[in-house]
Amino acid sequence: MTSLDTRLRDLRTRRKALVPYFIGGLTEDWTTYVSASILAGADVIEVGVPFSDPMMDGPVIQAGALRALGNAATLESICHELSAASFEVPIVVMTYYNVLHHFGLERSAELLAQSGVAGVIVPDLAIEELTPWRDVATAADVSSVLMVAPSSPDERVRRIGELSQGFVYAAARMAVTGQAADVGDASRVVGAVRAACDTPAYVGIGITTAEHAREAATIGDGVIVGSALVQRILDGASAQELEGAISTFRRALDQASSEA
Amino acid sequence: MSAVMGPPDAGGHFGTFGGRFVPEALMPACLELDAAFRDAWGDPDFVAEYHRTLREFGGRPTPVTYLGRLSERLGISVYAKREDLAHTGSHKINNVVGQALLTRRMGKTRVIAETGAGQHGVATATAAARLGLACTVYMGEVDTVRQALNVFRMELLGATVVPVTSGSRTLKDAVNEALREWVTCVADTHYCIGSVMGPHPFPWMVREFQSVIGVEAANQLREFGVTTPDFVVACVGGGSNAAGVFAGFADSSAQLIGVEAAGGSAVGLGMPGVLHGMRSLLLQDDHGQIEEAYSISAGLDYPGIGPEHAHLADLGRARYVAVGDDVVIEALQVLSQLEGIIPALETAHAVAWLLRAAGDEIPARSTVLLNLSGRGDKDVAQVRSILRGES
Ligand SMILES: Cc1ncc(COP(=O)(O)O)c(C=O)c1O
Repeated sequence: MTSLDTRLRDLRTRRKALVPYFIGGLTEDWTTYVSASILAGADVIEVGVPFSDPMMDGPVIQAGALRALGNAATLESICHELSAASFEVPIVVMTYYNVLHHFGLERSAELLAQSGVAGVIVPDLAIEELTPWRDVATAADVSSVLMVAPSSPDERVRRIGELSQGFVYAAARMAVTGQAADVGDASRVVGAVRAACDTPAYVGIGITTAEHAREAATIGDGVIVGSALVQRILDGASAQELEGAISTFRRALDQASSEA
Repeated sequence: MSAVMGPPDAGGHFGTFGGRFVPEALMPACLELDAAFRDAWGDPDFVAEYHRTLREFGGRPTPVTYLGRLSERLGISVYAKREDLAHTGSHKINNVVGQALLTRRMGKTRVIAETGAGQHGVATATAAARLGLACTVYMGEVDTVRQALNVFRMELLGATVVPVTSGSRTLKDAVNEALREWVTCVADTHYCIGSVMGPHPFPWMVREFQSVIGVEAANQLREFGVTTPDFVVACVGGGSNAAGVFAGFADSSAQLIGVEAAGGSAVGLGMPGVLHGMRSLLLQDDHGQIEEAYSISAGLDYPGIGPEHAHLADLGRARYVAVGDDVVIEALQVLSQLEGIIPALETAHAVAWLLRAAGDEIPARSTVLLNLSGRGDKDVAQVRSILRGES
């Protein structure tokens, strides 16, 4: 078991996990948005390390990544900021494989671990090519969080369930990140994950409103909210305004727990 | 079957390059495609239909032409494999016919494609029309302006062209957007990729569909009394025309030369990295961000190279050289005026290397096979404005 495994299994006994996504380096004060969201009840923070060619991201996160790159954000700069901020909730970095590959897999794993990062999501790393990264990351106690998609057949879900650490990212729809009108196939995908393993299943991709979050939380163990928050920051929302938005999501998740 | 250019391993690796670096959502489609291609390529009926379509519709076999006046000028013997005479004006048709037939065989009804200059987009729209498949082409917004006539051609052929406004708004972003779209429609749609790149099985499959170039050329050269040319030369963007012609000579003693654009020289300037589903050589900065390629020819404006080429470079079996924009226009004029063939700007890179290397890296009296990947009709407006000093 990794540290993230232990922490998120413990969290599951207490409440639904709220996982907001932020882009590292999007603004100079991006970590204050993270702090605000923790105050408002975020349980895990997903931090995007920008890549020039984000194949799994829609227009909002693409625009945010370009802006962060324009601000000279790098894996190292973001790790330094995370290290300095030393957040008390688990940090899960989301980035593309070339960023790690270029920096060096072992060096990346060490840097992430030293910066207090508990896990990494690499959306362009399916299980076929996962082993080299997962091995060095696991050695540094950095979890590999894997995705299950609506297109994943049961046999793949089983293998992904065996390999995913911390939680399984249940993609609610066949789409890249973005804002959507409903929770898509969340129910079916989470059902497949539950049948395959005992790892917590968090629902993401297209979760836009508090109502989506409530519904997704009745299905899974946690909810990931990305584009909907990044859009607010791109539109100039203050950390305080963001805290308000996160509080609304928090209430929706707590409502889902009390319904359960 | 070539021993040097054999199939990749089961995971799609050529040495340390290739593989499948795609989101989980696309993995089932990549696995399905791998199985479907293996099955089709082993089925004599499919292979016969592919060759019949290329013959009846695609203009194959394309001839080999001895370029007498160029040969005399350079003191070497140059033979050209005339992909410029294939339907739609380049080698691109070989690949799209194969993939469109495979799309139909998999029971899918629609293709999407990326395009830079528009050549692959036009070819895909052409094959889609022929086989009754719906077709959407993603093209960087910058390229839709630079190649407006090709946008219109695709539309005439019944395709929808979607301008891509993300990133640098050129070919690499068109690939990103096609991959993102493929996630949403993978159940009924095939991604008809335009070169020997992307996740496995694309690099291998596209090379197989293009290997008809090399196989034909090897036989045709024998009719000229040439058993093995000393050099086989092709331009390289992603590397599909080069892979196709190399495949016919990989086990011979011929030196294989890939000519990249100096501003897009993935072998010369790139480092190993992962992009668009493959591990290969890529132009990137100190932090692993992909850099843009710059070339006078939109078809070579790609920051990477197909993984099999990265492997052939590693093995030393093929050599990759680069020529700058400055010598390309002159090469285009030389071939036009000496041989009555206006080559595509992409192809003119290979010609430019011949002009530079003849009598030097190419010893006098050597025999050279030049893959004439495409014709220059699409480029004449651009060349005119360059020659008039307008751009
Ligand atoms: C005529 C011609 N040659 C070459 C290329 C480069 O592609 P590849 O390297 O895959 O052959 C293109 C691409 O558009 C082309 O149109």
